[in-house]
Amino acid sequence: MLGRLSWAAIPFDQPLPLYAMGLVGIVILVVLGIITKKGWWPYLWREWLTSVDHKRIGVMYVALALIMLVRGYVDAIMMRSQQAIAIGDAQGYLPPDHYDQIFSSHGTIMIFFVAMPFVIGLMNFVVPLQLGVRDVAFPVLNNVSFWLTASGALLINVSLVIGSFARTGWMGYPPLSEFAFSPDEGVDYYLWLLQISGVGTLLTGVNFVTTILKLRGPGMIYFRMPVFCWTALAANLLIVAAFPILTATFVMLLLDRYLGMHFFTNDAGGNQMMYVNLFWAWGHPEVYILILPAFGVFSEVVATFSGKGLFSYRSMVLATLGICILSFTVWLHHFFTMGAGADVNSFFGIMSAIIAVPTGVKIFNWLFTMFRGRIVFTTPMLFAVGFMVTFVIGGMTGVLLAVPPVDFVLHNSVFLVAHFHNVIIGGVLFGALAGYNYWFPKAFGFTLDEWWGKASFWCWLVGFYVAFMPLYVLGLMGMTRRLQHIPDPSWRPLLLVAEAGAIVVFLAILCMAAQLYVSIRTREQRRDLTGDAWKNGRTLEWSTSSPPPAYNYAVLPRVETIDAFWEMKRRGLTAGLTPGEPAYQTIEMPRNSPIGFVIAFFAVIAGFSAIWYISWLAILGLLAILVAVLVFGWSENREREIPANEIARMERARLGLGRPA
Amino acid sequence: MLDWANSTRDAPHGLASNARHGPRRSGLLRLLIVCAAVLVTSCQPAGVLDPQGPIASAERLLLFNATAIMLVVVVPVILATLGFAWWYRSSNARASRAWDEAYEGRIEFVTWSIPALIVILLGGVIWIGSHQLDPRAPIPADAKPLRVDVVALDWKWLFIYPDQGIAAVNQLVVPVGTPVDFTLTSATVMNSFFVPQLGSQIYTMGGMTTHLNLLAAETGEYPGFSANFSGDGFADMRFIAKALPAGDFDAWVMRARGTGSALDDAAYAALAKPSLAVPPTTYRSVDPKLFDRIIEQTVAGPPLPNHPPHAGEGRVGAGADAAWCPPAPQAGG
Amino acid sequence: MTVATIDAVHTQVPRGRGGGGPAPTRIVVAYGFWIFILSDFVMFSGLFAVHAVLSGNTAGGPTGPELFNLRNVFIETMCLLFSSYTCGLGALSAERRQPERFLVFAAFTFVLGAAFLFIEIREFAGMVAQGAGPSRSAFLSAFFTLVGTHGAHVTGGLIWLAYMVAQVAVKGLRPHVLRRLLCWSLFWHALDIVWVGVFTLVYLMADFQ
Repeated sequence: MLGRLSWAAIPFDQPLPLYAMGLVGIVILVVLGIITKKGWWPYLWREWLTSVDHKRIGVMYVALALIMLVRGYVDAIMMRSQQAIAIGDAQGYLPPDHYDQIFSSHGTIMIFFVAMPFVIGLMNFVVPLQLGVRDVAFPVLNNVSFWLTASGALLINVSLVIGSFARTGWMGYPPLSEFAFSPDEGVDYYLWLLQISGVGTLLTGVNFVTTILKLRGPGMIYFRMPVFCWTALAANLLIVAAFPILTATFVMLLLDRYLGMHFFTNDAGGNQMMYVNLFWAWGHPEVYILILPAFGVFSEVVATFSGKGLFSYRSMVLATLGICILSFTVWLHHFFTMGAGADVNSFFGIMSAIIAVPTGVKIFNWLFTMFRGRIVFTTPMLFAVGFMVTFVIGGMTGVLLAVPPVDFVLHNSVFLVAHFHNVIIGGVLFGALAGYNYWFPKAFGFTLDEWWGKASFWCWLVGFYVAFMPLYVLGLMGMTRRLQHIPDPSWRPLLLVAEAGAIVVFLAILCMAAQLYVSIRTREQRRDLTGDAWKNGRTLEWSTSSPPPAYNYAVLPRVETIDAFWEMKRRGLTAGLTPGEPAYQTIEMPRNSPIGFVIAFFAVIAGFSAIWYISWLAILGLLAILVAVLVFGWSENREREIPANEIARMERARLGLGRPA
Repeated sequence: MLDWANSTRDAPHGLASNARHGPRRSGLLRLLIVCAAVLVTSCQPAGVLDPQGPIASAERLLLFNATAIMLVVVVPVILATLGFAWWYRSSNARASRAWDEAYEGRIEFVTWSIPALIVILLGGVIWIGSHQLDPRAPIPADAKPLRVDVVALDWKWLFIYPDQGIAAVNQLVVPVGTPVDFTLTSATVMNSFFVPQLGSQIYTMGGMTTHLNLLAAETGEYPGFSANFSGDGFADMRFIAKALPAGDFDAWVMRARGTGSALDDAAYAALAKPSLAVPPTTYRSVDPKLFDRIIEQTVAGPPLPNHPPHAGEGRVGAGADAAWCPPAPQAGG
Repeated sequence: MTVATIDAVHTQVPRGRGGGGPAPTRIVVAYGFWIFILSDFVMFSGLFAVHAVLSGNTAGGPTGPELFNLRNVFIETMCLLFSSYTCGLGALSAERRQPERFLVFAAFTFVLGAAFLFIEIREFAGMVAQGAGPSRSAFLSAFFTLVGTHGAHVTGGLIWLAYMVAQVAVKGLRPHVLRRLLCWSLFWHALDIVWVGVFTLVYLMADFQ
């Protein structure tokens, strides 16, 4: 009846997950209680959960990312602590099967539920505004994408409490991830939750490619798009081209596990090397999906806070598209040690080095943007400078690892771990945090506290270096990754330094929490009244109010140059009242829809049931999704009209508050 | 345009404020430099930086060369970033400013050329280095190569010496100056055979073989382990690689032939059961067809479920007994 | 500084190069759906690649030429190709706002598609009964998954077609119904393209393994 699910799945005999689950449960209940008591449910449902507005969806994605950052960080500090204690004969406090789940969930959470939602959230919020349009191509699909991603995040947290998570590492290599070697529910959790959120991500890719290619404002030819939109285009093209590979790969592993097929098993002709190739054919583009939007954020931030246009727009665009295409030609560098032979290894090594060329060009372009600019050190700009130094080091170690014989002695060591954290924290996370600080005033109408923002930057910077530089050294000394206990006591000092770094990162997270708290409390003193929150805005989003109205632009702005808003300011124009006001027209906006929430609800049920082999419930869940889609497909009246006089009223009110510079 | 810096209340907290906090900051900097110096000087070269064979030495040299080539660009870029950030800060009245520059083709040419040249150079290094250090390439030496067949098990290493007719678990004894020709496989999941001080690692995979050639140039004992996560006992999957002078190696082989049990089917079946931290042992004889049979067996049928020996401790929802696990899928239609 | 809306400034909107503002809904919907179909092609390429790698791994079990009945494959293929033809005729009728003709062609398409599925399911059942099911060998896993995924898409397409028939019958050929028909036709033709790949690489080239 209930498949493999039983009371034994709940870790009554293990204090750590039990208390963790208790704590999280209490926090969730308290939050839900507050919301209920204050009567916020109707507002939340109407304005946020069922919203198809790209701005709201973007905020929800970023909120999801920040919450999951805390969960992923907890995994990290547990691993660091275990490795700092369990040296020599000491066994530490995490037995192997716990430790193995923790490093697997750390990687899965950070990539899929922190980094991806963060960059997707920023793209959601910013891209339609920068393109000068009202929303993405498929707003309801956008809502569905968000909820499917959130469903994956929910399931990975459920795995802490009911059953266990995968113990294979975040990549899930067979044969270890096959049923014969991992018969319990862990790998099933991993596969199903990533399939669910993967559908969401793929739909986002389709949505944004269509938006950027077919839905730009009047006059915005390709070469007048902001660079952030170019990087968003490249990232979403990569999503469309790469995520289906992951879907296919996980389908095959699921079929192996559930139906006894032999894609990747040791026996009956299965080929584990095939999985490795397929996984990384997705996996390498994935990291470019993460970094390209971060590069886009930096292009915006460096230009804005140097008071100067981005140096060589066309080089940036060319470099972005070059990275996009080349990212499909390097995947084998993740497994040089699998024995492919010198010709194959050197081809992929050379391609991996080649991809450093457009990346280097971007760094030079940012440098030359700063050159002779007037640089203001706001929090986003600090992250940009920190990124430029840190990412270059990380890129260097990456190209080092791209030399196959060097990789032969560094593969799977903590040198590798340090490299990818170097580029992901120094690149993706710094970019995401820069974007968060940069666009927060636009989203919420008030700036974030600069002092706490800078404090968080310094803590992230110092924390990263102190936590990960020792890992480069330890990798050279011969320490491999994923060790539950440490054999060599001479590694202890460096491991303790790494632990200290992890604690500084905790301070960084606290600073971010403090920043949010302080900013909200003092928000009236830091309101953005003009919309041009940083006073140096160059792109169209800064021409709207903060926050923008639901329809973004009462009249879609016509664009003649790059940096359209800068050009508007230069000509002394704002979207404002003339003695003859523009003729406002009725605007049609899509209505909110519960379909995303409903689909995700049944997806969680279907996924959970599939994980626990509760076949009847899984089938029911899938049928419910089908029915929901068919019912939704039958509905009419999916749009609401905002009448022209209402638009006029809102525009007048908005412009009455702000004064043109 | 607006002088943004002065219009925000928060401007004093930018880098300009560093000037005020000068002495405190440089004190901190001095402390950091001292700590770094202490750490660096207290390090002994180890692992990859302490090669004991020609493969490892060549790989370390490549590491240094590639790093040096890249530092030629990386160091100036970092200095330029920090330099430009500092010099062009808005409060620096002496800095020259420009507004929006049109694209400058000559600078663009340079920004593409510098990375391209470095990459072309590195490309040559990659091609030549990969071919010279191909794991399958035999190492030229006077001594006749020693053949070792390696089997990764859960969670220990089995080393079979087909020419000597003995086997060892968790110890790899080789003669100094003799090339060792490894043929590797796994009886279970993917592992990676790695002795950092001797050089390259290579994956070991079920149902197939990989090949590696290494040579120990100095006598000594070198830690070896698996570099690919393979389950709960992974951290204990360590062995010692001992390089002995040729005479001592032969003596070791003689001793091994005289002690221990035979590695026949029963002994292998016992060995193949999951176990952790197995102390080094030797077997006096080994079936010459054992290695091939291991490969065939791995391909043939579903292996035993991989329960760790201390199951019941922390294994949620499962016990050590296979009765809980649903039956392994049938190898049939 | 004058205050004026930027669009009060008369500008030359560049022709081509996408400077004409947001595209009409019909284009946007079809374009987006086409991008989705391209992503589906990527997924199929993954399955094709796996099939290519694993097609020789029969683990001592039956091989392709021993199992395949090329006559049935030919009939299946003809069914699917003709269903694409009737789908096209249906699309033309819809464009000409002729709902009854559309419904007739939709019915033909459905029957042909269902015939395809019937033959395919019979083939699968026969293979399983012979002991050549997907868990027999890696080759069979790859075969069943690739061909089965295509079959699952065809099934989805038929359910969707039935739904569209209901929509046309009840709501008529309104703009949003027409857009969905356009998407459905794209989907159906795309499945045909994938099938051409399948019968060529899986069935016809089986002898070359």
